[in-house]
This record gives sequence, C-alpha cells and structure tokens, in this order.
Amino acid sequence: MSQSAGIPAGIKRHTVGHHFDNAETEFSAAKLGFWIFLCTEVLMFGGLFVAYTYFRTLMPETFEEAHKTLSIPFGTLNTVVLIGSSFTMAMAIRSAMVNKQKQMMVFLTITLVAAAAFMVIKLGFEWPHKFHDGTLPAYWYTYEGLRDVTAPHLFYGLYFVMTGLHGVHVLIGMGLITWLIVLGKKGRFYSGYYTPLEITGLYWHFVDLVWIFLFPLFYLVG
Amino acid sequence: MSTASVPSSVAPQSLPKTHYWNATKGWKSWAFTVDHKRIGMMYLISILTAFLLGGTFAILVRLQLVTPGGALGVSHKVYNQLFTLHGVVMVFLFLVPSIPASLGNFFLPMQLGAKDVAFPKLNLFSFYIYLAGAALAIYSMVAGAVDTGWTFYTPYSITASGSVIAMTMSAFILGFSSILTGLNFIVTMHKMRAPGMTWFRMPLLPWALYATSVIQLLATPVLAITLLLLAMEKLLGVGIFDPALGGDPVLYQHFFWFYSHPAVYIMAVPGFGVVSEIIATFTRRAVFGYRFVAISSLAIAIIGFFVWGHHMFVSGQSEFAGMVFSFLSFFVAIPTAVKIFNWTATLYKGSTRLDSPMLYVLAFLIQFTIGGLTGLPLAALATDVHMHDTYYVVAHFHYVMMGGTVFAFIGGLHYWWPKMTGRLYNEKLARLAAVILFVGFNVTFFTQFFLGLRGMPRRYASYLDQYQGLHAFSSIGSWILAVGFVLIAVYLVQSLRKGAISPANPWGASTLEWQTQSPPLTENFPDTPHVTTGPYVYPDEETVPARRVA
Repeated sequence: MSQSAGIPAGIKRHTVGHHFDNAETEFSAAKLGFWIFLCTEVLMFGGLFVAYTYFRTLMPETFEEAHKTLSIPFGTLNTVVLIGSSFTMAMAIRSAMVNKQKQMMVFLTITLVAAAAFMVIKLGFEWPHKFHDGTLPAYWYTYEGLRDVTAPHLFYGLYFVMTGLHGVHVLIGMGLITWLIVLGKKGRFYSGYYTPLEITGLYWHFVDLVWIFLFPLFYLVG
Repeated sequence: MSTASVPSSVAPQSLPKTHYWNATKGWKSWAFTVDHKRIGMMYLISILTAFLLGGTFAILVRLQLVTPGGALGVSHKVYNQLFTLHGVVMVFLFLVPSIPASLGNFFLPMQLGAKDVAFPKLNLFSFYIYLAGAALAIYSMVAGAVDTGWTFYTPYSITASGSVIAMTMSAFILGFSSILTGLNFIVTMHKMRAPGMTWFRMPLLPWALYATSVIQLLATPVLAITLLLLAMEKLLGVGIFDPALGGDPVLYQHFFWFYSHPAVYIMAVPGFGVVSEIIATFTRRAVFGYRFVAISSLAIAIIGFFVWGHHMFVSGQSEFAGMVFSFLSFFVAIPTAVKIFNWTATLYKGSTRLDSPMLYVLAFLIQFTIGGLTGLPLAALATDVHMHDTYYVVAHFHYVMMGGTVFAFIGGLHYWWPKMTGRLYNEKLARLAAVILFVGFNVTFFTQFFLGLRGMPRRYASYLDQYQGLHAFSSIGSWILAVGFVLIAVYLVQSLRKGAISPANPWGASTLEWQTQSPPLTENFPDTPHVTTGPYVYPDEETVPARRVA
C-alpha cells in the first residue's frame, strides 16, 4: 500500500486506526473478518440447502413436477444480470487500485443498476405471476395444476424462503453499494485505501454465488 | 512477564489520576465509546441484570414446586411460561454472552498486550444488537409470553398462542451479537497480539475464547436460519417443520440441536479459560500441560459439532443414528477430562492460596466433574431412555451450566474486580458467599438427581405426593442460593464506594493485564509490551525442568 504517485487531487488520505500497527495489518484484519463473516453466511444458507436436499429426497416427484412451473427465461435473465454485476464490481475495485476514480464510479453505478434490475425482474415480473397462479407456501396455496403429487406447497415454501432470503441479501448489497458511491463521491478511495470496496466486493460475489446454486436447484434440475 | 516495570503489590493511597473510567465524561462518552473496557463493563451490567431476571423466574419455579399441587397457585400455563422464560433469559441473555462479552471483552485485548479489539466500532454495535434483542425479549414477555420451553419445539411452537415469533426473533437478533463478538475476537487474536506474543505464549483465557468464537461463528447461523424458518412457518406456512403440511418436526430438532449442543460449549468453554487463569495465579505455577489445556478447548469445539443427536434418542431418529451419536458423544469426555486432570495436577503441591476466586474454582472443579460424569449415562442409549426428560437431565445441565459456568463467571468477577474497579471487596464476606453458594447449589441440584432417577419428569407444574420431600428440599436450596447472590451484590456495590484501594497486582498474577495500573488506562499500557516468556512465570516458583512453556 505504498503512497504511489498518481493519486488525484481531492482525495482524502486514510488515517490508520490508532490500535493497528500499520495500514497493512488493518487491511488484512478487515479482510479476515469479512471472510469469517462469509463462513457464517455459508452456514446459514447451508441450513436451507439441507432442508431442500432432505425434502427433495423424500418427495422427488413433487420437486420434478413443481419445478416446471418456474420461469426459466426470467431465471436465466437474472443469472446473466447478476454475474454481469459481479464483473463490474470487480472492475470497480481494480479501478480504485489504479486510481481511476471516475471509472470506479461508473462501474459502481452499473453494479447498482444491475442489482436493482435483478430485484425488478424478480418482484415486478416473476413473482406477481406466482401470486396470480397461487403457487405459494401452504397458507396461500391455491394452485390447481399439481393435484397428483404430495405436498407441492413445500416446494414453493422452500422456493420463497430461499430466493427471498437471497433477495434480502441483494437489497443489503444495494445499500452497501450506495454507501460506496457516497464515499467515492467524497473522494475516499484510492490506491492506498479501498477496504470498503474490497469487502463489499467479497459480499457481492458471495450473493452471486448463492444464486448460482439456487438457479439450477430450483429452475433447472428435474 | 517481561514488561520493563512491574507495578508493585503495595496498595497506593488513591486511585490513579487517569484511567479508562474517568478519561472522558458524560453519558455520551459511554454511549458512543469504542473502548473495549467500557463496552465490557456495559455488557457486565446488562448481563447481571439478565441474571437477576432469569434468577427471579427460577425462584418462582422452585416456589411453585414446594407442594405437590403448586405453592405459587398459578395455572399450569403460567408455570410453563415461567420455566420457559427462565430458560430463554438464562441461555440467550445470560450464559451465551456472559464470560466472553463482559470479562472477555475487558481482558482479551489486555492479555494479548493490545490496545483494543480489532474492530472497536463493531464491538459497540454488537452491544447495541444485544440490547435490541433483550428489548424484544422483554416485549415478548409482556405481549403474551411463551410457554414452549426454551427449545421452541415444533409442531407445538407453530400452533402455540403467545408471542413465539417475537421471542424467536429476539434469539435471532441476539445470535448476531454473539456472531459479531466471536468474529471480533478471532481477528483480534490473529492480528493484534503484542510483539513476541506467540500463540503458545497466550494465556489460556484467549485460547478458550478462540475455541468459543469458532463455535459461535459456525453454529449460531444455523440457529438463526432455524428460528427464521420457524417464524416463516407461522406466517406463511412453509410447512417443512409441520407434519400437518407434510413437513418433519424431527428436522427442526436436528437443526435446533446442531446449534444448541455446540452452544453449551459456547457457555462452558470460556469458564474453562477463567478457571485456568485463577488456578495459575493462586497456585503460583504454570498450568500443568499448558499446551494440552489450550488445544483441548479447540478439540471440544470441533467434537461438539458431531454429537447433537444425543438430544434426540427418543425423538424418532433412526436407531443407527442414535448409536453413532451415542458413540461420538463419549469423545467429548476426553478433552474435558484432559482439562480436569491438568488442573488437578497443577493444584498438586502448588502453593495454593484459598482466596475467594480460588474457592469458586474449587467448587467449579467438584461440580463440573459431577456434571460431566453424570452426562455419560445420558449419552448411553439404554440409560438415556430411562432418564430422558426427567429431573436427572435438569440436574446434569445445571451442574454443568450453573455449577460450572456460573461459578467460573463469579470466580472471574472476583478475580478481576480489583483490576476493573481499582478497589478491593470485603474478602471475608466473599469467602462466606462462596461457601453459601456452594452449599445452596448442591442442596438445590444434587437433590434433583434423585428426583429424576425416581421418575419425576421435568416441566410439570404439579407432582405426586411421594416427591414432595425432595422437591421442598431442592426449593430450600434455591433460597440459600438467593441469599448468597444478594450477599455478593451487597459487598460488591459497597466496594465501589468504600472499598480499599487495590494495588495494581493484588494477587501477584503473571499475565499482562496485571502489569498495568488498576483501573487501566484507556490505551491499556503506557507502552506496547514486548513479550519474551510464556504466560505463567513466577519468580519464586520451584524450577521443574522441561515443564515450562516459553
């Protein structure tokens, strides 16, 4: 983290926390902390995936029939949007590392827009269809099409909880990216300090990764 | 240790001019503090308040059980709420955060020679999350209470009236506080150790807190998702835990115990750390088998993740799973016994001083050993079927959690009180209180082993006449306990105002936190300590070759 040349004017130099030896330790502590946090996230989603696996083994026909009601085009579109946003997130970090602050702001904005697009596709186009059909958890389940299989509402219960929790993570990610944009505007990120970018990046890739598991498990695997 | 100037053990005339308590003034300087010591003190006060609340529920439960028909005269529903609230408050608001969040927050950075934890703001944030969780718990008590037991077992918890959602969300929020504290501690130990403080020069409290943090991080998220699913189950009818909707209530139990069994180690292992510190100081020797004691904490953490099924021997899990879990459960006894034997070996021929912290540790050793050994019949399939859901389990659990963790916590509180407050308490009263607690605890809970073996089931508001003698005896014990705790509260509060000024190192301890003034500076040490030896080195100790860790 040398104070390399080429740091534009208007950048606020970062002060290392008083209890750290140096910026190096501070950066690696933040990264270690965030990786540990991601472990807890894996365990949390892990519980849901265990439940999914258990009920899939218990009633494979239900999962086979019910998954056909999900929209593969919307799912695929959302996958593309989210993977794209992971790329622009990584590019935003790269831009900060080489002191291209304007480029960084562009990439962050694209990431935010992509995240919003993901939520709009999900809440604005995909889910209303399900509310209309009644392919919902048990208390609101009114669908007529799946009469031959046991407990189809379980599939939708798991679907809404798992993709819903993922959606909440996307919303939190949007909040974090907005925070990065605000800080970026104030000129806080440069080659010597980009810790918030780095850890939000880690978070965003994690959110992406969860979706990469959810998409095939619900939409594709028959 | 090798700090340049070791403060003397001669009592000074007055408190140091500047210390963490008076460095800044006004309520804002506390509400927005990032000093780990102040946060530790705020946790301590909150946790002791929770203990008072949970203890009050316990006294009411014992009062009801004095006579077969119920001496308290409350309905069975209210009785169910009382023991549920006792359990929830004690587990989630007291035991889980008890030692790590209060004593750990205060002394972990000091024992490492650091200025603070790695993320001081996150530390304060965890405290406010704790308060939010506590507030929600209290709200749920006012808004209908919960009578499910602290385990929230489905399907009853799905259909139960009352504020199950508020209470489970409170535990969910408290879980985040616990996770963030654990995360902070692990990063602190990796990144903030003073120069020369290698892993095997750390005192044993940090080792215990490391193991605890690992469990907090890996187990708590599973509880979080379980409780979230339970809430969703009630709101949306997800159905996976509700047999009426095609779900499986045993799955809930698997999820719940995947957290809650490791969680008993979250509650117990920090106590092991405190005990190790006190034993070293009051025998004036290095803890025998230091490395084994350190590593056994981690071993408990790891093995603890593979034994959850022993809570479900009669819940309808497969016989094969029962056998595997029974077999694995016995393994936890190994690292736990390693600790007990090493502590006993440290006591052997040590220059033991029987000051009040040491009295609590001796009580701990006796009670925790009883608690551990009585767990073995519960891990064995055949005997468990007889004793499951009886008072035997209640007694076993309280021997480990109260006889173990609470005694370690109170012992630690006495041990570090002079460091935290700069004042000494009345030692004679402290010794008296230790004896009262020891007697009260054993009268209360040893009796319950007999109750359980004779067939008294747990969680009943009324019982057959034949159990009355033992039940009444147990209730008398609970009153002795209450007297002991009130006595402690009285002399500790009194010491804050009138206690004699404590020297920096009243016990002649060797770990770093004692090598600075009492109460410490906001920065802990005037200069960064440089460490050259292991944690427990005493100048007057007889030299025994090849034992010391350096």
